[in-house]
Amino acid sequence: MKKLGRKFLETLPAILLFAGLIVVWELATTVFGVREYLLPGPATVLEAMFSGEINWAGHIWVTGLAIFGAFIIAAVSGVLLGTLIAWSSVLGRALMPFLVFVNTLPKVAVAPLFLLWLGYGIVPNMMIGALIGFFPVVINTAVGLSQIDDDMVDLGRVFNAPKWKVFAKIRIPNAYPYILSALKVTATAAVVGAIVGEFVASQNGLGYVIITSQSSMNTPLAFGALIWISILGLVLFGAVAVLSRVLAPWAEGREQ
Amino acid sequence: MTGRAKMDMRLARQSIELDRVGMTYETGSGPVEALRDITLSVREGEFVSLVGPSGCGKSTLLRVVAGLRPMTSGSVVVDGAPVVRPIPKVGMVFQAAVLLKWRTVLDNVLLPAELAGLRPARYRERAHELLKLTGLEDFAGKRPSELSGGMQQRVSLCRALLLDPPLLLMDEPFGALDAMTRDEMNLELLRVWGEAGAGAGERKTILFVTHSIPEAVFLSDRIVVMSPRPGRIAGIFDVALPRPRTVETRATAEFGQYSLDIYDLLTGRQSNTPAMAGRRAPA
Repeated sequence: MKKLGRKFLETLPAILLFAGLIVVWELATTVFGVREYLLPGPATVLEAMFSGEINWAGHIWVTGLAIFGAFIIAAVSGVLLGTLIAWSSVLGRALMPFLVFVNTLPKVAVAPLFLLWLGYGIVPNMMIGALIGFFPVVINTAVGLSQIDDDMVDLGRVFNAPKWKVFAKIRIPNAYPYILSALKVTATAAVVGAIVGEFVASQNGLGYVIITSQSSMNTPLAFGALIWISILGLVLFGAVAVLSRVLAPWAEGREQ
Repeated sequence: MTGRAKMDMRLARQSIELDRVGMTYETGSGPVEALRDITLSVREGEFVSLVGPSGCGKSTLLRVVAGLRPMTSGSVVVDGAPVVRPIPKVGMVFQAAVLLKWRTVLDNVLLPAELAGLRPARYRERAHELLKLTGLEDFAGKRPSELSGGMQQRVSLCRALLLDPPLLLMDEPFGALDAMTRDEMNLELLRVWGEAGAGAGERKTILFVTHSIPEAVFLSDRIVVMSPRPGRIAGIFDVALPRPRTVETRATAEFGQYSLDIYDLLTGRQSNTPAMAGRRAPA
């Protein structure tokens, strides 16, 4: 109970700032009479978020799926590539320049090509999100797998431990905190990628809602979609944070 | 004990046999000679320390004995077998405890069994025994981060002892501890080694690297003093202090004299007191 109280006190400044901003926002729109198509007030936005005017659940589902898919593809391919790089120095030397090249590409500019190759729909949006998000996972996995004390490596050699066993017992758990902190970045990148894909071409999804409501000057709808997107992002980010607390409790407090 | 009796014992059974070991490794700015002409015999159950300034190759020598680094000339024989690859029957303790921070103390101690492909379940009892021996029985389920530096190093010692290796290689194991903990760990190491118990035949052979002269004098049967660039043996001291050694041992005149002799040899200082008997010229 006491702990809960302290936790509340710790988060109080953030809550106050947030509430204050909403009040200022509301006042700005009512007192100064800012027009709704420029800046709708919080109450209007909240109303738009739940209005029956469009199929919110459907759009949220489509975008959520694209974000989740992008995250999973980025995480799996990133961990696999990072492991390959750490496993074999030859593979590492072969892969790294190529990966760096891919990473320097402006991924947003590649989006139209993905649509060309993969057709319209959810798959290209996932791929764009994955492309933006996978690189930090590759790098952090490779680094985490190789950041082992030299003495620990010697310990493995003394017992003639096979390479896979050293990976399974020492290197991979050692890489958990590195991988998980990269996944937090990837969670955000997946959101960006999915929305960019929907901006370029789509029939549904929250990105599509923003584009269409902007052209029809329905700004409250655009704001509503924006907030739904950030909620999806927060959920994914929170899930990764919980995962890292479960998988790597020893790294808690070291990075945040 | 007379020098002759000592010689006889040494002939009885050799644990480590270094014959003109040399090691040169390549760096960006050319070859560096790390070790030159190291000849040394360590008998079974003997406690031998390697002392010297940093850069004298004492840690490298330890790893050469373990087969972790290749020598470029000479030969190393451990337990009758020439060392050409990492030798399995060895326990290693390093300056850092290098524990796996996601594992409990008990699981850290059990790591060698897992790495060596043995069934860890069969070693649980032994692991608990070792933890008890080092006063850590209540910490078996704790994570390393919950332990003090001295306790972590005890865990690392338990881990090295798990598979009951006949040879312990210790690389400045207490170098990172504060002076008081270090003295305490010295006593503890001697106790675990079995100083007070059975004869030398049942003790483990220990090769111990340190840069602390008093630590070497307190622990060792023999001290190998090394000089740097390239690392070679400057002299070997027999330490005839009686065992078991206690806190009082440090206060004796003999202890002080050994320390001084080694200090003189290391620094090239001219001593005005007669050296203790037992010092021998390099082989």
